[in-house]
Amino acid sequence: MIALALPAATTEEGFVAPTIEDTHYRDILPWGDAYGVWFDPGFGKQMLMVILSVVLIATFFLVASRRGQLVPGKMQFLGESAYGFVRNSIGKDIIGGRDFLKYVPWLFTAFFFVLVNNIFGAIPFLQLPSFSHPGSAYAIAAIFYLLWVGIGIKKHGLRYFKLAVVPSGVPWYILPIVVPIEIISNFIVRPVTHSLRLFATMLAGHLIVTLAGSAIEYMVSTGNILLQGTSVLVLAGAVAMYMLEALIMVLQAYVFTLLAAIYIEGALHADAH
Amino acid sequence: MLNAAIMAAEEGSSPLAPNWWEFLVTLVGFAVLMFIVIKFVMPAFEKTFAERTAAIEGGIAKAEAAQAEANAALNEYKQQLVDARTEANRIREEARAEGAQILADLKEKAAAESARISEQAHVQIEAERQAAVVSLRAEVGTLATDLASRIVGESLADDARSSRVVDRFLADLETSSSAGAAK
Repeated sequence: MIALALPAATTEEGFVAPTIEDTHYRDILPWGDAYGVWFDPGFGKQMLMVILSVVLIATFFLVASRRGQLVPGKMQFLGESAYGFVRNSIGKDIIGGRDFLKYVPWLFTAFFFVLVNNIFGAIPFLQLPSFSHPGSAYAIAAIFYLLWVGIGIKKHGLRYFKLAVVPSGVPWYILPIVVPIEIISNFIVRPVTHSLRLFATMLAGHLIVTLAGSAIEYMVSTGNILLQGTSVLVLAGAVAMYMLEALIMVLQAYVFTLLAAIYIEGALHADAH
Repeated sequence: MLNAAIMAAEEGSSPLAPNWWEFLVTLVGFAVLMFIVIKFVMPAFEKTFAERTAAIEGGIAKAEAAQAEANAALNEYKQQLVDARTEANRIREEARAEGAQILADLKEKAAAESARISEQAHVQIEAERQAAVVSLRAEVGTLATDLASRIVGESLADDARSSRVVDRFLADLETSSSAGAAK
């Protein structure tokens, strides 16, 4: 990130809250700085962790699915349960029909990609949910935006857009109001919320933990015995928030995948809605 | 997203401004992961699921087949048992009837045999009696003649006369004996 002039030392006394910029590590390989282009090139921790997540997920599932025994071992059972969860609880239940299996790889990849990257935020030293960086959240939401619009067009042709924005059974004189709302809600708000929901929850969780950490550090460093004592309360609160964040990390991965499945289903059966 | 990008370009530090390298890395990461999932992970899991389903359904079908076979065998055995019982009853009845038949035959044969034996005995006795009578008649004549001639003291050599006398005597004797037998 381009280091903005932070109000780092504005006051002599008092606590300076960490900003979003502070949650971004400086690039490991700042190889683009010299060019000064508007998007910040350079290879950062977040990218490394995205790559790490791909390696981890791929390795785990390749190992778990390799044997394919009828009576599974521990590893295979775990992999099968994880796969079966996305396949049946999300794919089959939401999309249904005979061809839900076609979309299971999308949902499966999305779920574990998001899940592992979120959980990185709860692992000490890694401690960075990859999707707290908006670029990643936009990317994965864009993938599904294009996917479901593509499915709709492939399934219904250009009539898909009419099906998607003109609800059936609405009197013609209300249509001028309903159609713009539907267009905005389906094709603009939906992908934006899809990405921002994930990004914002991850960033907020990450910020809270960072904030609590720096607050404790500050309180301890003041030398004031009362503030130092109070820092224990902050620590307790931080641990509670950490637990909550861990829950939200899993939940958001599920929500993201669930919504993706719902959007795909909506595009597949646009004529039935 | 476009808005965010523009904002990023203008302000440089909006929290919504994406780092496009991160965007790219995420896209590529997702694509790579997706490729691995489609190419290796999903086929392997689906194959295992299908095999497991087949194994379970095959097991159930096999068990059903075995059950049906066992039922068929049981019915067959029951049928055979009923058949065997019927057969045994039939044979017993037949044997009883046959036994009765044989008994009746034997009785009849024995009766016939005893009748035959007694008949034969009668005939033989009759024949012997006749023979005895004939031989007696001959001997008695001679003996009587001898005796009479000794008593009378004269020769009854005149055969014609003596034999007439003897015959008349014997006829009288027979008449009296048959009258005694009839009595």
